[in-house]
This record gives sequence, structure tokens and C-alpha cells, in this order.
Amino acid sequence: MKADEVEFVAEIARAAAGLEVEREKVYLIESRLAPVARREGFGSIREMLLSARQRREEKLLWAVVEAMAQSETSFFRDPAVFTRIREEILPQLAVRRPEGQPIRIWSVGCGPGQEAYSLALAVEEAGAAVLACGVDVLGSDLSERALEKAQAGVYTQFEVQRGLPIRQLIRHFEKRDELWTLSPRLRSMLRWRRANLNAEVRGLGRFDLILCRYVLAGMTDESRGRAMRQLAASLLPGGYLVLGLQDPDELAPKGLVRLDGGVYRLKPAERAAA
Amino acid sequence: MRTCLVVDDSRVIRKVARRIVEDMGFEVAEAGDGVEALAWCRASMPDAILLDWNMPGMDGIDFLRQLRRERGGEAPTVVFCTVENDVDRIREALECGAAEYIMKPFDSDIVQSKFALADLL
Repeated sequence: MKADEVEFVAEIARAAAGLEVEREKVYLIESRLAPVARREGFGSIREMLLSARQRREEKLLWAVVEAMAQSETSFFRDPAVFTRIREEILPQLAVRRPEGQPIRIWSVGCGPGQEAYSLALAVEEAGAAVLACGVDVLGSDLSERALEKAQAGVYTQFEVQRGLPIRQLIRHFEKRDELWTLSPRLRSMLRWRRANLNAEVRGLGRFDLILCRYVLAGMTDESRGRAMRQLAASLLPGGYLVLGLQDPDELAPKGLVRLDGGVYRLKPAERAAA
Repeated sequence: MRTCLVVDDSRVIRKVARRIVEDMGFEVAEAGDGVEALAWCRASMPDAILLDWNMPGMDGIDFLRQLRRERGGEAPTVVFCTVENDVDRIREALECGAAEYIMKPFDSDIVQSKFALADLL
């Protein structure tokens, strides 16, 4: 790729999704875009970018942006986080919870769904008190393609062998041909929505637990500020925000109490004086 | 240093698996089938066993059943590593005492993930 092509990609990724593209990592940009060019029927990245530039075609521009936003994912990434959610955070949220108010969880930047489904699996094993409350899990991502895959809940043999215990695989998935499909019951716990943290996120409501891992680090300072404000504003009183274990601390939104291990909490509501 | 016995009738697979398991800090021994693996275990029980299913002579599941009857044979953590990927087979392996299960083909990420899930790391 030539410098002006890299610049074009970096610019549309910044404008659309607030991504900070590392311009010197040309090989990385190429490895992201080559499959998109193939899929969209272009002979090369150069041809695809030329077309995107000349015609400003929305769909193609987004395909490029989404490819730049992609990141690695696996079931139960950083397993200690999920143990903590199961054993500590969910039971805490279930305490003295008014009836008819399910625990609301949001997986931000859920990609093809592994994180959101890992949350659903953690809920399954969090005990009767948590299950009795009812739990809604929402997965959101920039990419419609990723969300379609998430919604289908169909994974390759390679994908189900990264992070997922074998007992959970055979309990919750059905094997068809060489692919593994999540049970309808588990899939029914989740909803999926396209959301862009760089724009105003509307209509999702507020949450008891938000996971936003390895998303903020890839954003420009300006977009990250906007994203963090939106995340903080999306927490219910007493709600938790979980960042990636390797996400730097300074990414955390202001006004939250910092616990350890990338976990932050909004103070519970003050009780009204009697 | 903790020890791992790699059991597979393919020399190439043993070699690939050996490198991955050594990189995780295990001392590795190799066996080409269940009989050979059993001889190893009788001489010295390993901490972990990476176990193929289909092998000439004694296969992996027969080896595992036999192992669990040996003195000290309940100790090793067994991770299957096989082309068998039917749910019934997986269930059978778990019932016989396997801790985790790898479906071939595998790479180092998968082996590492499965060893972690089996509490071996």
C-alpha cells in the first residue's frame, strides 16, 4: 500500500468510528483489508480503495472501517474476569433486587459474539439467586457482519477450542457437520444491536454490567473521551464497568470507583433520608 | 520440572506437540501407542498426558481405562488430542476421566488454552 492509501484508510476509520490507525503498521492494515477486497470482488486492495474513494460508496467504506476495527476474540478471554463476574459481581447485583427488574448486561464491541455468549454461560452458572432475577445480555458491535455471525451462534471447531471448556461445549452446543451451534435456549438470552461509540448511542437504556474490553485503546483521544462519557452514562447506580486486563488505567471514565483487575463501579444510589 | 507424555502413532504429530508442550515448560516423553504409554507410566507417572485416540495396538481410550486401574494411575491429567469429534466420543472420553479434549487439527493456542482449562498451567 502507498502512503496516500494508508492515509485514506486511517482518515475514514477515524471519521467513522474514531479509530486510531497505526499508519506505520502497513502489513497489518494490508492483512485486514486483503480479505475485504477479495470478498467485495476486487483484484487488489488498491482497486478497492480507488473505487471507495471515487464513488464514496457507504457500504464499501464501512466494510473498510469494520475491518480496521476488528480485534482478536475468544470464549472466556481473560478467564479470571468471568470467574469474578460469576462469583462476585452477578451475586452482588442480585442482592435485594426488586422483582421484575432483570440484571442488564452489555457487551460492547462484541464482534462475532464470543464475549457475549461467555457472559450468558457465566450467568447460567452463577446460581439460583441470579437466575431468579432474570438476565438480559445485549451484544453490540460496529459490524453488521459480525453481529449476523453472533446472532447465528455458529462457530468453527477452531473457534470453540479457544477458551471454552469441553464440558460447556458439549452441554450447550450442537454439532452439525463440522460446525458447532449454540442451543436455542442460550441464544434466546441475548439480543444484538449495531452501535457505534463514536456516534451518540441511543435507545439502549442503562445497564448493571458493561464489558468494554480492548475497544477504547484503539480509539483516538477525542473519540475515546466521548465513548467513556457514554459508557459512564449508561451505567445504573451500583453498576460495574469492566475494561480489558491490559487496557491502561487512564482509559477509565471519570466518576467511577476503581476496583482491581480492570473493574470499575458507579456508586450505588444514596438512600433517600427517611 | 513437570512432565508430559505425548502419545500418538504419528511421529510428525508427536514432534509438533512436543515442541508446543515443551514451550509451556514441561519435560516431554513420547509414546507411539497405548502399550508403550503404559510402560512409561509404570516406570514413572507423568503429570500430564496428551493422548491420541486411534492408534494400532492399544488405542487411547483403552489406555486411559487401563491407566486409571494402575497404582498411582488416577494422578495424571489427561487431555485427549484426536480427530474424533463426535459428541458421543467426547462424552465417553470425559466419563473415562479425561480432563479436556482437543479436536485435531490443533495449534499452539488451542493446546495452551486446553492445558490452562485443565489446570495444567
